[in-house]
Amino acid sequence: MDVSAETLIKLYVTMQRIRLFEERVADLVSKGEITTPCHLYTGQEAVATGICASLRNDDYVFSTHRSHGHYIAKGGDLRKLMAEIYCKSTGCSKGRGGSMHITSAEKGLPGSSAIVAGTIPIAVGAALRLSAVGGDGVSVAFFGDGAVCEGAFYEALNFASLKKLPVIFVCENNLFSTHMPVEDSLANPIIYKIAEAFKLPSCRIDGNDVLKVYKTGQAAIERARKRKGPSFIECMTYRWRGHVGPNYDVDKGIRTQKELDRWMAKDPIKALEKMLIAKRFLTNGEASKIVTGIEREIDGAVAFAKKSPYPPSDEMEIIRYLFR
Amino acid sequence: MRELTYAQAINEALRLLLETDDRVMLIGQGVTSPWYVGTTTAGLIERFGNRRVIDPPVSENGITGVAIGAALAGSRSILVFPRMDFMYLAMDQIANHAANWHAMFGGEYCVPLTIWGIINRGGEQAAQHSQALQAIFAHIPGLKVVMPSNGYDAKGLLISSVRDGNPVVFIDDRWLYNLRCVVPEGLYQVPIGKGAVLREGKDVSVITSSYTVHEVLKAADECRGKGISVEVVDLRTIKPLDSELILGSVRKTGRVVIVDGGWKAFGVSGEIAARIAETPLIRELKAPICRLSLPDAPAPASTALEDVYYPRKEQIAATIQRLLEA
Ligand SMILES: Cc1ncc(C[n+]2csc(CCOP(=O)(O)OP(=O)(O)O)c2C)c(N)n1
Repeated sequence: MDVSAETLIKLYVTMQRIRLFEERVADLVSKGEITTPCHLYTGQEAVATGICASLRNDDYVFSTHRSHGHYIAKGGDLRKLMAEIYCKSTGCSKGRGGSMHITSAEKGLPGSSAIVAGTIPIAVGAALRLSAVGGDGVSVAFFGDGAVCEGAFYEALNFASLKKLPVIFVCENNLFSTHMPVEDSLANPIIYKIAEAFKLPSCRIDGNDVLKVYKTGQAAIERARKRKGPSFIECMTYRWRGHVGPNYDVDKGIRTQKELDRWMAKDPIKALEKMLIAKRFLTNGEASKIVTGIEREIDGAVAFAKKSPYPPSDEMEIIRYLFR
Repeated sequence: MRELTYAQAINEALRLLLETDDRVMLIGQGVTSPWYVGTTTAGLIERFGNRRVIDPPVSENGITGVAIGAALAGSRSILVFPRMDFMYLAMDQIANHAANWHAMFGGEYCVPLTIWGIINRGGEQAAQHSQALQAIFAHIPGLKVVMPSNGYDAKGLLISSVRDGNPVVFIDDRWLYNLRCVVPEGLYQVPIGKGAVLREGKDVSVITSSYTVHEVLKAADECRGKGISVEVVDLRTIKPLDSELILGSVRKTGRVVIVDGGWKAFGVSGEIAARIAETPLIRELKAPICRLSLPDAPAPASTALEDVYYPRKEQIAATIQRLLEA
């Protein structure tokens, strides 16, 4: 399957939007402008980008505490995302959810949960509904390697496979669950092998190779659209920043600078950019123009977030009323 | 006298328990992490090794079952949840298994398990990282629930919980971790089921627990300036509730404000109000029973909403003053 220049550029732009957004957030957290705990996606851009490129607005995506990349890849509005991270009333969750709880009804992102593995069965449930109403919509669950330790993961995989539901499980194996290396939490750290036990078509791919993710994702999504059942994709990747916040967790003794450097050298964006330039799909000048354009868009999102009002404190009265 | 922070007091209790009783085992997410449970477990893994201090995978329900099984087979398990919110994933093992075991098997077995849950809220963390679930656990027969407000009680209650022999839910609040107080060296116990009058007063009793105690003490100071004498009762244990202490105080002052850090509906404050209302004392009250708690709504992220979500000293003082004017 040959991927068109247009699609490749689209993938490049989406990855850059995620990267530049996250790096701006990191900077704003360091400056004390942002308080809500931010689990940054820098380094993992190829996964959300490659998968979501084959999704439509009427397909569902369910996300985790590390949510920004999924929202952007699904086409979410940067202004509403930034405003949510500033916990302002114009945010996608009206400032009630913060960084870990983002949503976009129009783009098919019902929500992101900060409970590890929480959204995996929920994504399966959305697929159950999609299979009941006909059509060819699909549901995608993004989650980390840590989520594979939770019982809900196994229950969800079994049910999805049993009922042949149109769901794609995308495990972002970034080698860590908070402070814990994956070998310390999984007896079998080859995660796709675990999924195979549920008779799911499963594979492990280089999650920093956006083309590979795109092609693998497209095949799994097509399979689900044709109602042939669920699939499991394990994407090997790495988060550059620490578990939460703008630091790198090297200072905390959780990983070495050498390991971080090795992964930063495998930058998914640099790799695609190099390929695009070699193929003459993109010039250096065009690349920097793309970056400048995105930076301007992010400036606009920050300005929008900053000038937006906080939720009025009498909103607590409304919330109280809603839940009475 | 030696002062420690609340976190140091917990750390010392854990160290002493591990040191003096080789049945004691500490298991739970983050006990080897540099940030997860603050500094409460610092140095323990180095000292006692990874067979007695275990940092498990993110598998709350399964690991809770493991801790119960170890307890049934002779260990004194301390099971930590770095955030109480994650205890919901372990509800089956806690409520169906740990809590019921002793009664369900005719008293043949005990489950000596301390379930240590930490409230960790504020900072725009929102609904899944903010919860104070004392009422949920207090509702379940077979569980005791303790909730200290200072390092002295925390150390003594943790030791009592581990020695209790049956499941005890020990609830901490991260907002307490840096508060200092005098903490004796060595092992000592604070009895489960006994509250304490922290400040004597004659106009109104304020019944509270955990972090909220400190907001109440500040509100009491403010009220004193306005000529109102507030008696502050620290529950220390939520279940079994020290009814005698509560009723004694309310009988003396004739007024009561209950301040709880959990939600109001069907919660701790409602239980205390009912205990008072069930006695003839209800007819002697000079004002209706008054409750202050979280609104019955999930915790919001935005600081602007957090500021009005959690009861603070100003709101508590104003409530007390209104009650006295009534
Ligand atoms: C049920 C539950 N337990 C524990 C936590 C604390 N926690 C937050 S993120 C995380 C690790 C998640 O690791 P992974 O799933 O690999 O995702 P990553 O952070 O690497 O993206 C943990 C244990 C939680 N949020 N929910």
